[in-house]
Amino acid sequence: MSLLVLCDHDRGTLAEASLEALTFGRDLAGRLDVSWGAVLIGSGADQAVGHLAAYGVGTVHLATHELLTDYGPEAWGETLAQLVLSTDTTAVTACGTDRGNEVLAQAAARLDEPFVANCLEVRPGDGSWSATRVQWGGSLLEDVTVDAGVHLFSVAHHAQDATPDSAVGAGTVTPFSPDLDASLARSVVADRVVRTHGITLTTAPVVVGGGRGVGSAEGFGALEELAGVLGGVVGCSRAVTNNGWRPHSDQVGQTGTRIAPDLYIANGISGAIQHWVGAMASKNILAVNTDPEANMVVKAGYAVIGDLHQVVPAITEEIRRRRS
Amino acid sequence: MQILVCVKRVPAPGARINVTEDGQGVDAAHLGFTTSPHEECAVEEAVRITEARGGEVTVLTLGPPEAEEQLRYAASVGAHRLVLIPIEDVDWDPQRTAAALTEAIGGLEAADGAFDLILFGNESADAGGFQVGVRVAHVLDRPIVNGIKSIEVGENTLSARREIDGGFEVYELPMPAALGVKEGINLPRYPTMKGRLASKKAEVGEVAVDTPDGGQTRLRLYRPEEQVSETVILGTGPDAAGAVVDLFEELGVLP
Repeated sequence: MSLLVLCDHDRGTLAEASLEALTFGRDLAGRLDVSWGAVLIGSGADQAVGHLAAYGVGTVHLATHELLTDYGPEAWGETLAQLVLSTDTTAVTACGTDRGNEVLAQAAARLDEPFVANCLEVRPGDGSWSATRVQWGGSLLEDVTVDAGVHLFSVAHHAQDATPDSAVGAGTVTPFSPDLDASLARSVVADRVVRTHGITLTTAPVVVGGGRGVGSAEGFGALEELAGVLGGVVGCSRAVTNNGWRPHSDQVGQTGTRIAPDLYIANGISGAIQHWVGAMASKNILAVNTDPEANMVVKAGYAVIGDLHQVVPAITEEIRRRRS
Repeated sequence: MQILVCVKRVPAPGARINVTEDGQGVDAAHLGFTTSPHEECAVEEAVRITEARGGEVTVLTLGPPEAEEQLRYAASVGAHRLVLIPIEDVDWDPQRTAAALTEAIGGLEAADGAFDLILFGNESADAGGFQVGVRVAHVLDRPIVNGIKSIEVGENTLSARREIDGGFEVYELPMPAALGVKEGINLPRYPTMKGRLASKKAEVGEVAVDTPDGGQTRLRLYRPEEQVSETVILGTGPDAAGAVVDLFEELGVLP
């Protein structure tokens, strides 16, 4: 019996989220007392192998095929399902990112097994297993029992710290050649469009967010300035995109981007659940709001009570003053 | 073009979500209901495509009898045909839901021909299982890609864009196909008065299916323990700027 951890990579660059899944999978394999290995799929994946040993990975299943030129949900899911069937696998995990959840869903559909998305905890049992998973993006928890031949589950992103293993693993590569039908090429990435270079909402160390309180598209100018001096980017709440003040790609929240910066500055944001679940993984939150009872103020570690239109420029000015 | 959109009725989230006493569902006593946001955008996208190219939009939902409200809302913004799979339970597990939708879609397609495109929301706002669309598409042998933020319809193909960090992946799918759509693909319209009135008279078809339980069973729903954090108030108004920048220095976030 063994456990597999699907590691996501983008043309050879390992996704950081995969390290959370490796940490979770290693711990679970230890509790199950079974061997475990990592799975890398597609061309370029070999470049990511070197990062895995530090996380205690003994075996790396490296799947290659002429169809696997780039990411493709069906081709990756079929590959994973075939690997599960060709090894004595009892559990498969991945990080609950867009891709992680998508590939596990594809594999589960092909294996006709349950798939439990975004778990915080998985508890193996002799018969059924049980798990705690997040609903509503994390504002509710659900305990479930799982009856399965192969247990597929993803780990909620940002819920698990990625920690290297105390002992470095062998990281031995075991090649795997799936048998893929040519039709699976239909959903492989055909092209890419690069929109921004540099930092984004998910990589920025500081995110300066604005909500309804900003009042207009023009009002975001002051937030852009603050983000500029902090080397960060601007984000916004759903109310802002619904008003057309910012593009949806700037939206932080359950239906937007989940962020985890060192500092999130939430300006004029009430802190509705939809927004909070996208921001709650931030290491520090500073809320700027006229309402001391606003949900965002109550939940933040730090707050300034006041009008963002005065507070934000004052902060920018103070940073500039100290620099000069 | 024939487009099917699968939607889910979910509680409209407020600042706080409470759970029923038996832990089996969300206490909706003080909440309204709405269409799960990704799916509201999927309906809008389908309506826009048929407005431009002709064809019909069918909206399908599995839910309590009250889910008829979400179907009628879809009609009020331009959907042509409404189908409900009524269930009595709070929620079906993802495998059972997918099997039921697959069976219902099979019936609709047997009667009226295949849908060129089936749209799902990327994930439901409440349960968030991230799998129903994938399971349905797999059994129906349609390609499916999730996370779609833009769709262009060609002759027999679709060009779909998925947002990734710093750009887009582009997928070229042959039709018939399925896609999981994300909010932001469009800004859904509000219903017109005429649309509202027409939707009240729209016919809602019902399909009865009974599919077996899947392997995931809900034990209970509950609220996570509140992280009680004392908020440090750094000051009031622009005078707080000094204390704020002191904090930034302490946190090491000044570049």
